Amino acid sequence: MAEFLQFLFSGITVGAIYALVGLGFSIIYNASHVINFAQGEFVMLGGMGTVSLMLAGLPMYVAIPLAVCLVVAVGLLLEKFAVEPARNAGVITLIIITIGASILIRGVVEVVLGKDYHRLPPFTGETPIIIGGAVLQPQGLWVIGALVVVVAVLRWFFEHTRLGKAILATSYNPLAAQLVGIDVRTILLVSFGLSAALGALAGILTAPITLTKYDVGIMLGLKGFAAAILGGLGSSYGAVAGGLALGIIEAMSAGYISSAYKDAVAFVIILGVLFFMPSGLFGTKRTERV
Amino acid sequence: MIIVSRRHALGLLAAGALLACTGAAQAQQPIKIGSFLSITGGASFLGDPEAKTLRLYADRVNKSGGVLGRKVEVVIYDSAGDAKQAVTFARRLIEEDKVDIIVGGSTTGETMAVVPLAEEAEIPFISLAGANVIVEPVKKWVFKMPHSDRMAVEKSYEDMKKRGLTNVAIIGGSGGFDQSCRKEGHALAGKYGIKVVADETYAPTDSDMSPQLTKIKNTSGVQAIFGCGFGAPTSITARNWKQLGMTNIPFYFNHGVASQQFIDGAGGGAEGIRIPVPALLVAEQLPAGDPQREVSLAYIKAFKEAYNLPPSGFGGHAYDGFHIAIDAIKRANSTDKAKVRDAIEKTSKFIGADGIYTMTPQDHMGLSLDSFKMVEVKNNTWKLIE
Repeated sequence: MAEFLQFLFSGITVGAIYALVGLGFSIIYNASHVINFAQGEFVMLGGMGTVSLMLAGLPMYVAIPLAVCLVVAVGLLLEKFAVEPARNAGVITLIIITIGASILIRGVVEVVLGKDYHRLPPFTGETPIIIGGAVLQPQGLWVIGALVVVVAVLRWFFEHTRLGKAILATSYNPLAAQLVGIDVRTILLVSFGLSAALGALAGILTAPITLTKYDVGIMLGLKGFAAAILGGLGSSYGAVAGGLALGIIEAMSAGYISSAYKDAVAFVIILGVLFFMPSGLFGTKRTERV
Repeated sequence: MIIVSRRHALGLLAAGALLACTGAAQAQQPIKIGSFLSITGGASFLGDPEAKTLRLYADRVNKSGGVLGRKVEVVIYDSAGDAKQAVTFARRLIEEDKVDIIVGGSTTGETMAVVPLAEEAEIPFISLAGANVIVEPVKKWVFKMPHSDRMAVEKSYEDMKKRGLTNVAIIGGSGGFDQSCRKEGHALAGKYGIKVVADETYAPTDSDMSPQLTKIKNTSGVQAIFGCGFGAPTSITARNWKQLGMTNIPFYFNHGVASQQFIDGAGGGAEGIRIPVPALLVAEQLPAGDPQREVSLAYIKAFKEAYNLPPSGFGGHAYDGFHIAIDAIKRANSTDKAKVRDAIEKTSKFIGADGIYTMTPQDHMGLSLDSFKMVEVKNNTWKLIE
C-alpha cells in the first residue's frame, strides 16, 4: 500500500507540473487555434529568470514577480513582432513561427545565462511530508495548490469577464467577433501575455523539483503539450485531467511494469485514447458547418 | 615588344616575391591543433570547459615562446554532441585546416564516428571521451584521455567490497553514457563478488525518480546503490534518495556527476554519496607528496585567472590531451604525423590533471585505477576518503 501511495504521490506531483504547462497551450489555442511551441520556453524563462535574478542578489519574493513580468514582456514581444505580422498566413505558418521563436529564445538564454543547470530553493523547506509510509515533497503541494487556483481563476476569467468572453468569442469565429466590436488583435496579444505569465509561474513553481536549465523547456513543453492533447486542446479541465493522467500513468508503469518502458506505456495509452476520442478526454467535437 | 617583356619581368618579380613570402611563412607556420567539441547541446558541460582549457593553454604556450620555435594555433569547432557534425568538422580539420593533430571529441559517440576518418587520414587523434571502446581494440592513430566508465565501476566496487557491501542496485538513465556504465556494472559484478539485485532506468528528461527508488527500497537485501549518469537527473535522483529516507543504503555515483552543479542541484540530497573523481577536484586535499597535486593546483589557478571561475573536472581532459600532444611534438621534434603518433605511444609517467599517463602499444589510454580518487560529499563539497 505504501508503495502504491508513493507511486501515486509521485505521479500526481509530476502530473500537476505537466498540467500547469499544458494550461498555457490551451489559452493561446483558445484565442487563435495556434499551438504555441514556445510555451515550454516561457516555462524555462520563468525558472531561469528567477534563478538569475536571485544569483544577482535579489531576494526570492522580488525575483519571482520580476521574472514573471520579464516573461510576459517576452510573450508580448513574440506576439507583436513575430506572430502578428504573419497573422493572415494561416495556422501552420504561425505554429512554425512559434517553433522558430522557441529555438531563438533557447539559444539566447544558452549564450547569455549559460548552460549550467540550477535549482530554486523550495518555498517551504525540504522536509518531506509522510503519509501512510509514502513521501510527498512539500513543493509538490505548492504545484498542486497553484494548479487548483489557476484553474479556478481561468474559469472565472473566461466565463465572467468581458475580456475572457471576448477571447472565447474570437476563438469560435474571429470574423463575427470583429463585427460585434471585439478587437481581435488585442485579444491575441492578451492571450500571449496570459499564457506567458502562466508558463513563467509554472517554471518557477516546478524549478525546485525539476531543476531548471536553458533546454528544460523542450521536455516540459512536450509533456505539457501531450497533456493538453490528451485532455482536449482548449479545455482547462482537459489540460488538468490530461496532465494528471499522464503523470500517474508514468509513475505507475515505472513502478509496476518497467522503468525502461514507462514512456512507451504512456504514449501507447495516449495514442489509444486519441484513437477512440480524437478530440481528447474533454475536447468538444468540432463540426464544420458549410 | 619592349613593354610586353617589361611586364613579363615585373610578373616574374611579383611571382618571385610571392614565393619568397610563402617560403618565409612556411618556416613560421603555426603548429595546428584541431578540435571538435560539444560546446553547446546536452554535453556542453564537457565541451565548454574543454574548449576554454584548450584556448587558455594555447595562449599560455604562445606567450612563453611557442613550441619548437613555432606558434601553436587551436582550431575549434562546436559539434554540439552530434556525431554527424563531428564527422563533418573532423573532415574539415583534416582537409581544409590541415591540422597536425586532433585533440577533441567530448563524447564517445562523436569520437567513434571520427575514428575511421583519423585512421584513414593517418592523423594522430587524442579523444577526450570516456568509453573503453575508443581504445579497445587498440587503433593505431587513436588515443584517449580520461578515465573510462569501466574504471569508475571498478573503483566503486572496490570500495563497496572494502565495506562488505555485496548486493547492489543499479539506477541510471537511458542515454548512451548511462547505458555503457550500466553494462560495465553488470559485467564487472562477478569479479568483485557483487550481485546486482535490482536495475532501474529513467528517461534523461524525467523530473522525479521516486518510483524507481521506491522499487529499489522494496527490493529485499539491497546493500548499496550504484548510479550511472550525468546532469540534472542525477541531482534529482540524489534528492529523491534523501527524501525517501534511503540514506541508510550507501549510494555511489559514477564520475559523470563530478561537478559542483550535481551537489547544488541536489539541494542537500548529495550528502554522503560516494563518487570516484579525478584528482583535480580534490587537489587541495591531496597529500603534499602527491605528484598530481602541483599540476592540478596550477591548472585550477590558471583557469580561475582566465575565466574567473574554477574549472570543472572535465576541463582536465582537455588539459591532458593538449599537453600530451605538445609533449609528443616536442619529443618527436617535428609535426610529422607518424613521428608524433609514435611519440604519443611512448608517453611515460606524464603527470596530468586526470592522472599519470603511461602509454604502450597495447594501452592507448595509459591511466591506472589509482588515478581515480574516491570522495564523499560532505558539507556540500568533496571530501577525500582513503
